Amino acid sequence: MATWTPDQPLVEMRDVHKAFGALEVLKGISLNVMKREVICIIGPSGSGKSTLLRCVNALVPIDSGSILVEGQEVNDPRLDKLALRRKVGMVFQQYNLFPHRTALDNIMMAPIHVLKRDKAEVEEQARALIRKVRLEGKEQSYPGELSGGQQQRIAIARSLAMNPDIMLFDEVTAALDPETVKDVLLTIRQLTEEGMTCVIVTHEMGFAREVADRVYFTDRGILVEHGPPKEFFANPRDPRTRQFLDQIL
Amino acid sequence: MTTAKSTDLPVLLAVRKPEPSSSGGFRLSLWHGFVLAAALLLSVAAADAAAGPAVASIPATIWKWTPLIAQGFALNIAISFLAMAIGTVAGVPLGLAQISLLPPIRTSSWFVTQFFRNSPWLVLLFYCMLLLPFQIQIGGTTIPLPGWFKSTIGLSLPVMANVSELVRGAVLSIPYGQWEAAESLAYTRRQTLWHIILPQCVKRITPPWMNLYAILTTSTPLCAVVGVNEAMTLTGNILNAEGRTDLLIPMYLYLLTWFFLYCYPIARATLALETRFQVR
Repeated sequence: MATWTPDQPLVEMRDVHKAFGALEVLKGISLNVMKREVICIIGPSGSGKSTLLRCVNALVPIDSGSILVEGQEVNDPRLDKLALRRKVGMVFQQYNLFPHRTALDNIMMAPIHVLKRDKAEVEEQARALIRKVRLEGKEQSYPGELSGGQQQRIAIARSLAMNPDIMLFDEVTAALDPETVKDVLLTIRQLTEEGMTCVIVTHEMGFAREVADRVYFTDRGILVEHGPPKEFFANPRDPRTRQFLDQIL
Repeated sequence: MTTAKSTDLPVLLAVRKPEPSSSGGFRLSLWHGFVLAAALLLSVAAADAAAGPAVASIPATIWKWTPLIAQGFALNIAISFLAMAIGTVAGVPLGLAQISLLPPIRTSSWFVTQFFRNSPWLVLLFYCMLLLPFQIQIGGTTIPLPGWFKSTIGLSLPVMANVSELVRGAVLSIPYGQWEAAESLAYTRRQTLWHIILPQCVKRITPPWMNLYAILTTSTPLCAVVGVNEAMTLTGNILNAEGRTDLLIPMYLYLLTWFFLYCYPIARATLALETRFQVR
């Protein structure tokens, strides 16, 4: 753990297996994410994409294999889950904002409750984050009063307020109206341009092509193939990848 | 993708607006009040006609005893307040224990909840009257335990069990995504409950909790059976003192009216809150 340096992979997954009962969801996943790298994961529903993300911040315990996050083993009963999750931000398909608190509160809660930071300082950062996701004026709105795209951008800001080293995006535009998808993708692209390390599970192929350093294709619990987006989309080698891309493009 | 003209997929059918759920089963409506008032007037008129001019009229008799009934009713209200307070204070932690991650705590609190929720209130009342001492000694001072206090404890036990179930149900009804979001923000389980889950539960629990209070209030006359001087007992005493059979029905209907006038606004407020909370 003490030996990790930024030139080593920020996330290193080795032969990760996970089953829910008899259903094998991950059948030996290995992948590396370097610092400042943007990884997009695509694949059909039920291929284990969301589970893969949830393993990284220990929301889902794995059965075997190894996941190192900044050199820290996630598959270890002595793991300090809270310390891990302070470094790993996550955004969900259903936003999961806290409906009883305002947008500003949603962003401020975790830094105050979890990191015990000073309230005034957190508020300043939260207001800056709201400007960053271009939602000035919505500070006092409740999640129920915001559109899906606006809620999702608040959710991104809420995650960023923890100053994570890596962000995980789990199909964050899948539940949105088409016209609000753009705003959310714009926010994520801005993050990637600022050098945030991101793992993005998405169905937006155009977006993946645009922002990813590497694209991974998953099917039935294995990583079928990966490559730089230009190559990946132009000449997919595996027939399963080709079939999938034919269906959706 | 194919489109079917007539569908048998339930999601494609028109949605029927769900009725506001009544968690306690029975609920008062204004009709009950009209029926009650009509019955009272009818019984008074009938009894008056049968009594003849020699004795005091029924309304006059009822009026004469009203202060005493009011005094008894005040005790009913006091018992209901206290039992609700004790039941809630004990029931909330019991409900939280039911969702504990530690199996012994979860199982034992589940057992306690089910035991008191499925026991007849009257039986619990008798047990408390018989099992609790008539006084307790703390240090050098002796504190007497009057009958009304013991029966309050007896009533607070089923209230506690019902509140426990309300809390457990409300916590489980919060979408799992809320837990996941909190976990991914490095909240501990305790912090998640305190800052995120329970504040959302308050809204969900309030209407059924008020309903439970109305049911508790209408159950306080049970204390008459164990000899507490509340409105029901006093009404019985009054009837004994008057010794007139024609008073029986009007007198008890009069007592019913007191309870109705107290509980009906609570039922209305519960309904109003339920409708308001459902919109969000």
